[in-house]
Amino acid sequence: MKYLDEYRDPVAARKLADTIARTVTRPWTIMEICGGQTHTIVKYGIDEILPSQIELVHGPGCPVCVTPLEMIDRAHAIASRRDVIFCSFGDMLRVPGSRGDLLQLKSEGADVRVVYSPLDAVKVAADNPGRKAVFFAIGFETTAPPNAMAVWMARKRGLKNFSVLVSHVTVPNAITAILDAPGNRVQGFLGPGHVCTVVGYDEYEPIASQYHVPIVITGFEPLDMLEGVLWTVRQLESGRAEVENQYGRAVQRNGNAQSRQLIDEVFEVCDRKWRGVGTIPQSGYRLRDAYRDYDAEKIFAVEDICTQESTVCISGEILRGLKKPHHCPAFGKQCTPQTPLGATMVSAEGACAAYFHYGRHLVSLDVSTDTPSLAAGDRR
Amino acid sequence: MSDPSVAGIDWSSCPTPKSNYDRILLGHGSGGRLTNELIERVFVPAFDNPILAALEDQATLNLAATNGGAAGGLPRLAFTTDAFVVQPLFFPGGDIGRLAVHGTVNDLAVGGALPQFLSAAFILEEGLPIDDLKRIAASMRAACDEAGVQLVTGDTKVVDRGKGDQVFITTAGIGIVPPGRNLSIRSVRPGDKILVSGTLGDHGITIMSVREGIEFETALESDTAPLTSLVQAMLAACPAIRWMRDPTRGGLASALNEMASAAGVGVELVESTIPVRNEVHAACEMLGLDALYVANEGKLVAVVPADDSEKLLGTMRAHPLGQNAAIIGTVVDEHPRMVLLRSLVGGERVVTMLAGEQLPRIC
Repeated sequence: MKYLDEYRDPVAARKLADTIARTVTRPWTIMEICGGQTHTIVKYGIDEILPSQIELVHGPGCPVCVTPLEMIDRAHAIASRRDVIFCSFGDMLRVPGSRGDLLQLKSEGADVRVVYSPLDAVKVAADNPGRKAVFFAIGFETTAPPNAMAVWMARKRGLKNFSVLVSHVTVPNAITAILDAPGNRVQGFLGPGHVCTVVGYDEYEPIASQYHVPIVITGFEPLDMLEGVLWTVRQLESGRAEVENQYGRAVQRNGNAQSRQLIDEVFEVCDRKWRGVGTIPQSGYRLRDAYRDYDAEKIFAVEDICTQESTVCISGEILRGLKKPHHCPAFGKQCTPQTPLGATMVSAEGACAAYFHYGRHLVSLDVSTDTPSLAAGDRR
Repeated sequence: MSDPSVAGIDWSSCPTPKSNYDRILLGHGSGGRLTNELIERVFVPAFDNPILAALEDQATLNLAATNGGAAGGLPRLAFTTDAFVVQPLFFPGGDIGRLAVHGTVNDLAVGGALPQFLSAAFILEEGLPIDDLKRIAASMRAACDEAGVQLVTGDTKVVDRGKGDQVFITTAGIGIVPPGRNLSIRSVRPGDKILVSGTLGDHGITIMSVREGIEFETALESDTAPLTSLVQAMLAACPAIRWMRDPTRGGLASALNEMASAAGVGVELVESTIPVRNEVHAACEMLGLDALYVANEGKLVAVVPADDSEKLLGTMRAHPLGQNAAIIGTVVDEHPRMVLLRSLVGGERVVTMLAGEQLPRIC
């Protein structure tokens, strides 16, 4: 397929892998931020063609995975109401909350609908004036513009029966939280290509210099990923720590001005709780006061949310890059995409689900990396 | 790739994770693992008998055996049934009626049988325009003529408005299995080659492109077609074909996983050889789906001894329904019950059975 096959070319991939192998002189641990990047790595076996010195660890960039359990339960409670049509992206429906998932709720009679765009949820509201349409507005900076647009459109059209349950997260402070965490072993980042398409990468520059860590904004195709790794390794090997833009065909330094403006119009920055990680200051969006009439949390005051995470699940450590899915005793046993114990098993972009879907529970895996051996301080 | 049990799973007695759902979910109809669980937990125990236990897409009935052996010369019959629920009823390349004929005809044909007679039961929702029903019936008649079968019996029920989705059709079919013909999923051997008759995912993506809430513009058409003449041409040219299946719901991945499990063999696929149309490829990228799991309604997958594979490929490509046929992989001794795929960039991944529904990804 044009503009896609070119980025999956086996000969070019081999060449890049060879160049990486020639460039690397010692072990490096690199984190890819995005769930989509994790997906590409396991789908194409990218880690298998990299030299053994390069370890890729999977970051917190799956929006479904990091949405806190309390928020899933809140969604469940709102979707249970007879007057509500609850609209969501497909992969949120299978995330288990304390009281079950939204798919089960749907089978019990709740009106839960998969939509492909938040604007479809606005249409649902317009088509059903007697009921309340609620959209589950989750995601990173990538989904913020369409979610903001939905709210903006609803207000413009005077729709009183549309609201959003917002659980938006943003990347930069999650990166610093990972770097600040005790035992951190990440030495370089493949930055979030699509997030930066929207908001640009100027915010990452102070992180790179302050923490002396290379950040290469990277795309999502196999050749993008390999090139991102190569650029990161070149920086690490030469002691540089800069922001570089591998995904130049989509990303500009300042991002997309209109999208930024729209986000800024509707949302404001706030502290957010990340599932498995905890609260990270200034790491999310909430609706501005001017749009509070569209805030489902305000409209449907849901009390008594008491959550209980699985005691076996290690998704928190996985999201911080401390462990890999196959280090979990429950992986592929009690915990499968059908019976997920934690959110990293639920979304296609979650590291555990990606490992499971592409059969990594069936083949022998190196579990010798259980104990993080390289502290970040080693190279500062 | 070493011994799978190293990862701590005894794959030879793989404990399929049991679902904890106590109600039917849409995923139970996906053709993947949830569907299989339903069959194993509910239907096989309820109707336990050796013919059903074969779990092929069609039952093969030996009339001589059921007649005390006194019916010498009676042919073996193939018997199958299939239910059809599709929205919209009319879609590019076909409609629910055409699908209902082809689905049952193809389940018989890929077992090597010559489909003869069909039945059809219609569940109609109050308020359905009679003209729509006429259009569906005419389309079924044309599909029967094309496939060389007769629809000889039927039934109609009507349900209250809101209790159905316009039309549900269930067809059943009987075919004759020529003497000496024994296609079986368990006859597959390491070294055999795996062929598909054409591009994958056309039907599923076409339906998705016209489904309410997703509509996107595409020139795609459903591939729904009767496979009888292609199958007969293939068997005439290559009687050694081991096994065939039409990879409908659940797609190629589910068909090959079922084969690998039933025959206790491994499968190795080469991604670059698997035919997928650009439009399907693009839609899958956009929606976060995988063409290997998307439904086909006029395609088959065949397993044949390696020596016959090139000849069979030539025969398939010479047939109008097999122009894009390809050899896509090999049956192997290693990693029994596992389907592996060599990716475009040279990595490897396991193609597992679909767990529930394929859910579109967020971004």
